[in-house]
Amino acid sequence: MTPVLETRYLTIRFGGQVAVDSVSLAFHAGTTTAIVGPNGAGKTTFLNLISGQLRPSAGDVFLRGKRITAMATPARARLGLGRAFQLTNLFPDLTVLENVRLAVQARAGAGLGFFHAADTRTDLTERAQTWLSETRLSARAHNRVTALSHGDQRKLEVAMMLALEPEVFMFDEPTAGMSVDEVPMVLDLIAAIAASRDKTVLLIEHKMDVVRRLADRVVVLHQGALVADGEPAEVVASAIVQEAYLGIRPANG
Amino acid sequence: MTRQHPVLRLLLLSLFLALAFAPFLFPGTKSVATASRICIFIVLAASYDIMLGYTGIVSFAHTMFFAFGAYGVAIPLSRGWIGWDAILVGTIVGAALAALVSAAIALLSLRVQKIFFSMITLAVASLAQILATQLRDITGGEDGLTFSLPAELQPSFRFLADPIFGVRADGRLIGYYLTALIALALFLLMQRLVASPFGTVLQAIRENEFRAEALGYRTIVYRTIASAISAAIAAVAGGLMALLLRYVGPSATLSFDVMTDILLMVVIGGMGSLTGPALGAALVVLAHYYLQPFMQMGFDSLADVRILPALIHPDRWLLWVGTLFVLIVHFFPAGIVGAFRKH
Ligand SMILES: Nc1ncnc2c1ncn2[C@@H]1O[C@H](COP(=O)(O)OP(=O)(O)OP(=O)(O)O)[C@@H](O)[C@H]1O
Ligand SMILES: [Mg+2]
Repeated sequence: MTPVLETRYLTIRFGGQVAVDSVSLAFHAGTTTAIVGPNGAGKTTFLNLISGQLRPSAGDVFLRGKRITAMATPARARLGLGRAFQLTNLFPDLTVLENVRLAVQARAGAGLGFFHAADTRTDLTERAQTWLSETRLSARAHNRVTALSHGDQRKLEVAMMLALEPEVFMFDEPTAGMSVDEVPMVLDLIAAIAASRDKTVLLIEHKMDVVRRLADRVVVLHQGALVADGEPAEVVASAIVQEAYLGIRPANG
Repeated sequence: MTRQHPVLRLLLLSLFLALAFAPFLFPGTKSVATASRICIFIVLAASYDIMLGYTGIVSFAHTMFFAFGAYGVAIPLSRGWIGWDAILVGTIVGAALAALVSAAIALLSLRVQKIFFSMITLAVASLAQILATQLRDITGGEDGLTFSLPAELQPSFRFLADPIFGVRADGRLIGYYLTALIALALFLLMQRLVASPFGTVLQAIRENEFRAEALGYRTIVYRTIASAISAAIAAVAGGLMALLLRYVGPSATLSFDVMTDILLMVVIGGMGSLTGPALGAALVVLAHYYLQPFMQMGFDSLADVRILPALIHPDRWLLWVGTLFVLIVHFFPAGIVGAFRKH
């Protein structure tokens, strides 16, 4: 079976530093892969190479067997690569609803409508509202993003990727900076996606209990290189992960 | 987005009513011409706001597109093809050319970086200025083109024998309402546009282009279309200006003074609102018409005091405008509209 997403010898150098070092990985539909590694390991950069924000120095990215290495970001998004960012990355002066509706509208390919008011497309607005209620943001629908708490902004970040209804979900530390009582809701959302058989999830996550709960596979990056790949239980227990995290972050969980 | 503040709504309503009944409220050739100019600049400033306020791109070529429409109308009329068909064809050709050139600039440069776009528009606008003065056979050079209007637009034309509420039912009146109605239609069209799905994407690009791309929007396409629409509307405003002045020349349409005025209107009024630039346009045009002569009066009456007259000499106009500009940007970065924004 062709993997949904595949990288071959994916490499990027910034000056002399190799941030992602010849990483070859295949991701299959219905799987959830946790990407772990210490700070600066190249995890976010790896996702940037997949979603197109960065072009590799060497190597390739394939989506459903098709080489997309040279494809621009918007085209990749339209092919089903969804991304939620580690550093909150929203439309600050627009309302929460407008933010999500922009994602719904992108998904519906309706951005080039010129002569009707955006809010008369009730179908799009309703879909956006659905995603807001999924992420418990309905009460905030008409607030500007700048008026949101950090935790709500993180939730909106997730809501916008959900609203894109992609095939591949890339979460970059989705719960970082959220208050403790908000975390379970987001994890449940990811678990629901992970449970579906046709969706592919890539999850960058530092917390090992979260990794064990959600992922059926763990890959470890260290200084840009792939150093471990396997079942969560064995990888988390392995010496290399202990070493990579030891002293940098307590293995919490 | 957010609902408008009552004061703002009152201002807008007053502006609308004043313009709707200008010939009757403020009779006289000069004040009606001022009202026409306000209508035209509302369109021009609002169309610029689509670029600056909604999409976040800085263009210095907006007056060039304005000039395309103005010369488009002036060239056939000045060559003796005097008719409504000439005006229509001239406006359409001017607008189409403006859209094409604007789209070409956008496609060539926006791919690189926004600052590059600004620089290229500056270069192209300067080139247009040179061409307008050099291609004497077509544009009339520095002197520009003077022309007559179709009979129905001439002051001597009467569509009713009797005055309406004391105002002569002449070609000037027709001209004013033609301008006002086209301006209103274009303004409503632009409001439609910015509230449309397309308009929301433009705002998304302004807010965070990176994320707009990550959602799958080809931002270059959106920005190119926005520039083309904005340029075409500016050209129509230019056509109206030509009809108002019965003259088109480089200084009236192409000069950087006009560009500064547009910037001033958009910034004073408040970017990204359309209604802001409309208010800004009214203010700046009124200031031009009434403040400059006022400064002249002050200058004359203070002729024997020492430094004061030098400061309010009409030539210092730009100094004051510049000062005002800096103050507004500093204290009301979101302009009049921003000062009344409800949170
Ligand atoms: N655009 C860039 N230009 C230069 N260096 C970069 C760039 N992006 C990332 N880097 C460098 O690449 C390395 C990997 O960064 P990356 O953000 O991918 O790490 P990470 O694994 O996501 O870390 P964290 O857990 O802190 O999020 C870092 O040393 C970083 O400084
Ligand atoms: Mg990271």
